[in-house]
Amino acid sequence: MTQPVSPPRGSADKVRPAAEAPAWRGLMARADVRTLSLLGVLAALIVIGGITKPDEFLDTRNLQLVLTQASVIGVVTVGMTFVITSGGIDLSVGAIVALASVWATTVATQEYGFGGILFTSVLVGLGCGLVNGLLIAYGGMVPFIATLAMLASARGLALQITDGRTQIVTVDGVLDLGERDAYVLGVPPLVLVFAVVTIIGWLLLNRTTFGRRTVAVGGNAEAARLAGIDVRRQRLYLYLLSGLCCGIAAFLLIILSGSGQNTNGNLYELDAIAAAIIGGTLLSGGRGTIVGSVLGVLIFTTITNIFALNNLQSDVQQIAKGAIIVAAVLVQRRTASTT
Amino acid sequence: MTQLPTRRGLLFGTAAVSAGVLLAGCTSNESGDDGQAADNQPAADDQPGKQVTIGFAGPQADHGWLNAINENAKSRAEKYEDVTLEITEGSNDTAAQIGQIETLINKKVDVLVILPADGKALTQSGLKAMRAGIPVINLDRIFNTPQAYRCWIGGDNYGMGLNAGHYIGEQLKDKPNARVIELAGLDNLELTQQRTQGFDDALKNYPNIRKVARQAAEFTVESGQAKMAQLLQAQSQFDALWNHDDDQGVGALRAIEQAGRDDFLMVGGAGALSAFQAIKQDDGVLKATVLYPPTMAASAIDLARALGQAKGIGGLAEYEIPASITLYSAVVDKNNVDQYMSTGFE
Repeated sequence: MTQPVSPPRGSADKVRPAAEAPAWRGLMARADVRTLSLLGVLAALIVIGGITKPDEFLDTRNLQLVLTQASVIGVVTVGMTFVITSGGIDLSVGAIVALASVWATTVATQEYGFGGILFTSVLVGLGCGLVNGLLIAYGGMVPFIATLAMLASARGLALQITDGRTQIVTVDGVLDLGERDAYVLGVPPLVLVFAVVTIIGWLLLNRTTFGRRTVAVGGNAEAARLAGIDVRRQRLYLYLLSGLCCGIAAFLLIILSGSGQNTNGNLYELDAIAAAIIGGTLLSGGRGTIVGSVLGVLIFTTITNIFALNNLQSDVQQIAKGAIIVAAVLVQRRTASTT
Repeated sequence: MTQLPTRRGLLFGTAAVSAGVLLAGCTSNESGDDGQAADNQPAADDQPGKQVTIGFAGPQADHGWLNAINENAKSRAEKYEDVTLEITEGSNDTAAQIGQIETLINKKVDVLVILPADGKALTQSGLKAMRAGIPVINLDRIFNTPQAYRCWIGGDNYGMGLNAGHYIGEQLKDKPNARVIELAGLDNLELTQQRTQGFDDALKNYPNIRKVARQAAEFTVESGQAKMAQLLQAQSQFDALWNHDDDQGVGALRAIEQAGRDDFLMVGGAGALSAFQAIKQDDGVLKATVLYPPTMAASAIDLARALGQAKGIGGLAEYEIPASITLYSAVVDKNNVDQYMSTGFE
């Protein structure tokens, strides 16, 4: 990473009071240049999809499909964006999704029906986030190590609960949410949840003290502490938030796949981190963008979709995915530096 | 940060603890019945003989099929009074599995049954056991050299594809311009290529059938759902689908249900209980599945016992057990599903 770490004050341009008259111009040019380049990448992908498979790609059902497939990892990425913005990292997201999804689909949990499954997934997510947060904020552990440990133990516990079996969900109320009948004005419920999480995430990061504290802690934790921010408590909250997002994602995954399996959420940590970084969130902390992260997720999902529609095999998919990540970051870097 | 606990803190604490207790009660997966083992099949030779100690080393049971392998081995060994089974903790780590096999060799078990996490990497362990005079039954994932085992028994990936292709071919042989799609397993694995090869070879016998699309999932429910949803969007009309694996098939069926499609027939792979149940109910697209039977672990115990007692296999004229046994990937449809129901894994 040769990208200069922006000083803590640099991130303040997002929350600068709009008192200065020509400010909106500057904002448009500066704050959104990354977002615009991401939109450009997405638009290019849509053109490619539209040319190669016009009937299948430019279709309402395909839009519903892409957004649905994006929603599980999207919710995880929103939580991850907060953690990375604060200068941390959460490697345990995939494992937490796996643990929450199997815990919420055991025979015993399913007896409590819809509420039991929802309650358990969210609570398991929060619980894991709490442990991560306590270890990092008050135990003084490096986030990389603490969440790596959580990754290992949560996967282990998920395997222990399932014995490797696939736990099939039989609760109709949960299954029905994934069916076409449940779409609200053509929008799948999963996508609605993703949208709500995104909006809340955006408000939280850009319009609240909590968001400003997160950015401040990520920019310079010592300065934030001297400024009177309870850095440790802030960190605890952030990992709790990431855990909560994982719990919600686990519930969405249960709806989507109709089951719980210990292999769920495989490599989500990498997908979520990649989406956040492509989106413009700084890996070293101090700057974060929810809109960018969501665009990052959408770009990945659209790529997968276009490849599948064109019947390209996974070897080609992986090669092209890597190339596109590099291209997207390079394009973004150029556009960001020329303005 | 030294503070006396506040009332609010206590309240939250109590709530958290009780939520935890409530949650802990939800890890149970006991559904009352667990009879998934091949107890009802004929044994090679039920006459008790010399006492045999069989060592069993397998990988970590991280998915349903491997779990069924362990259970089949255990329940088969319990069936025989003259068999003692020394089973190791499963491990996917090559070094750990080598260590476990060493331990079994040092314990001087009579016969070893090894399902390696990685066949090539554990060849030396097989050789070592054979040199120490302990015959090795190599289960499913094959060693590099036949010197490392006395007998290999395992499934037939090419045959799975072949039989799935023939079944679909027979169903569609009168349909002009029939379109078939394939939902493969993890493409990194050689077995996936073998399954696809068998499937393609079988379809060549039916000139009216064309494979129009293939996508690879990852043997997980989640990937099965995601890839199937894309395939359904890509192919607005097709006549048959072969899915390599019933675990990912749970996700694939979910995607089919979500897309509201039922205008084709689906064939699965491996032989999961949920697939058998769906085939028996016969109210969805899943009409058949081709086996990759976990009962092979029970057969491996039979072979190990026969080796230990210096017997052959009943029903064959040979004095010795064969060096290699490839199982048949039978097609299970609603006509014979009852027979296989007890072998289905979860």
